[in-house]
Amino acid sequence: MHDQIRNELREFIGDNYLFGDHDRLPEDEASLLEEGIVDSTGILELIEFLEDHFGIVVGESETVFENLGSVGGLTRFVASKTLAGQTVG
Amino acid sequence: MTTVQSGSQTSSQVDSQVDADVLAIDAEAEVARISASLRGYLSRARRKGAIVALSGGIDSSVVAALCVAAIGKDRVFGIHMPERDSSEDTLAFSTLVSDSLGIDSVVEDITPVLEAARCYERRDDAIRMVCPDYGPDHKSKIVLPSVVESESLRLYSVVVQAPDGTTTRHRLTTESYLGIVAATNFKQRARRMTEYYHADRLNYVVTGTPNRLEYDQGFFVKLGDGAADVKPIAHLYKTQVYALADFLGVPEQVRTRPSTTDTYSLPQSQEEFYFSLPWNLMDLCLHGKNTGRPIEQVAESTGLTTAQVERVYGDIDQKRKTTAYLHLPPQLVEPVQEIG
Repeated sequence: MHDQIRNELREFIGDNYLFGDHDRLPEDEASLLEEGIVDSTGILELIEFLEDHFGIVVGESETVFENLGSVGGLTRFVASKTLAGQTVG
Repeated sequence: MTTVQSGSQTSSQVDSQVDADVLAIDAEAEVARISASLRGYLSRARRKGAIVALSGGIDSSVVAALCVAAIGKDRVFGIHMPERDSSEDTLAFSTLVSDSLGIDSVVEDITPVLEAARCYERRDDAIRMVCPDYGPDHKSKIVLPSVVESESLRLYSVVVQAPDGTTTRHRLTTESYLGIVAATNFKQRARRMTEYYHADRLNYVVTGTPNRLEYDQGFFVKLGDGAADVKPIAHLYKTQVYALADFLGVPEQVRTRPSTTDTYSLPQSQEEFYFSLPWNLMDLCLHGKNTGRPIEQVAESTGLTTAQVERVYGDIDQKRKTTAYLHLPPQLVEPVQEIG
């Protein structure tokens, strides 16, 4: 499941922020902010993508770098939320 | 050497912790240096004087006083440009400045221009995307969470005050955030349009009034208040701007007035909209980062922990990245050599 989430995130980030230049995508644990890929507006778009595409809700307390700042962090965050949803649901 | 003094109520609570010596400035020498630069620029630009948009705040007041010091009061023209959302005392403060300097000035209420551009209507439509009940009797402002108090990524929210005084906060979506900012930016651009009208009419230059914090961190609207022919205090930390205000005799009421954006209908400080901290602490952090001052010293002089200072440094870097394009001139595919 992690691989699928990761690939979908990388595709979105490459298409949405890098105009399809996927070669410029940083390593999974690199900061999307420090690499200049996303800014504060980009984070808002990322949150909307997570909520629309993966059907999760991103709470106020969850808008931290650990969850949203890198492809690796995003992948783990979405996986944990999806798993939690399946467990509860 | 002028002793730097705190200039706002916002900073008074931390005055005792602030070691402002690192930002001390020789005000007399600095005024002479800026004056020479202004005269040189006006001469090269072949313009006869300077336009200053007076907001009643410390930065525009100091720029106006610097222009008077450089070229004389008869060559400085002030413009007061309130609009519907301006605080009630804005015009009183800006008039106090023009009167104290003895410069000619004009009041240009830009509300009709903004109404014609549908500024307020477009802004309210954007707010209704996250707050459907928002109406003409509501008030609002955009806020950011503190970078010092939490590790959350800084996401904008809109604070709405209903006619009965009830206040609610709504996290903004991309579309609503960009819509509010785009509509609100009409204000700065309408002001610059008006300033350039008077500059063209008088054969003057338009002055920009950002201090170093604002210039460095991109706290301006591209082709709005960011557009100017000359920016005389963009190299000065705000603490130093206050030192010049003291030296130049800017009215005390202006020097002790808290900084405000005066852009939204609810009162909004600059730190809740943009900066991480009150300006005097931001000054010390930005200066410390720029000069490589040991982080422990910056923490001690600001009353922050080293972890908090590091978060402020991260926020400074992030803002520089985000706003870098605001500073760029139009990009050409290749240089046009004949123009230089």
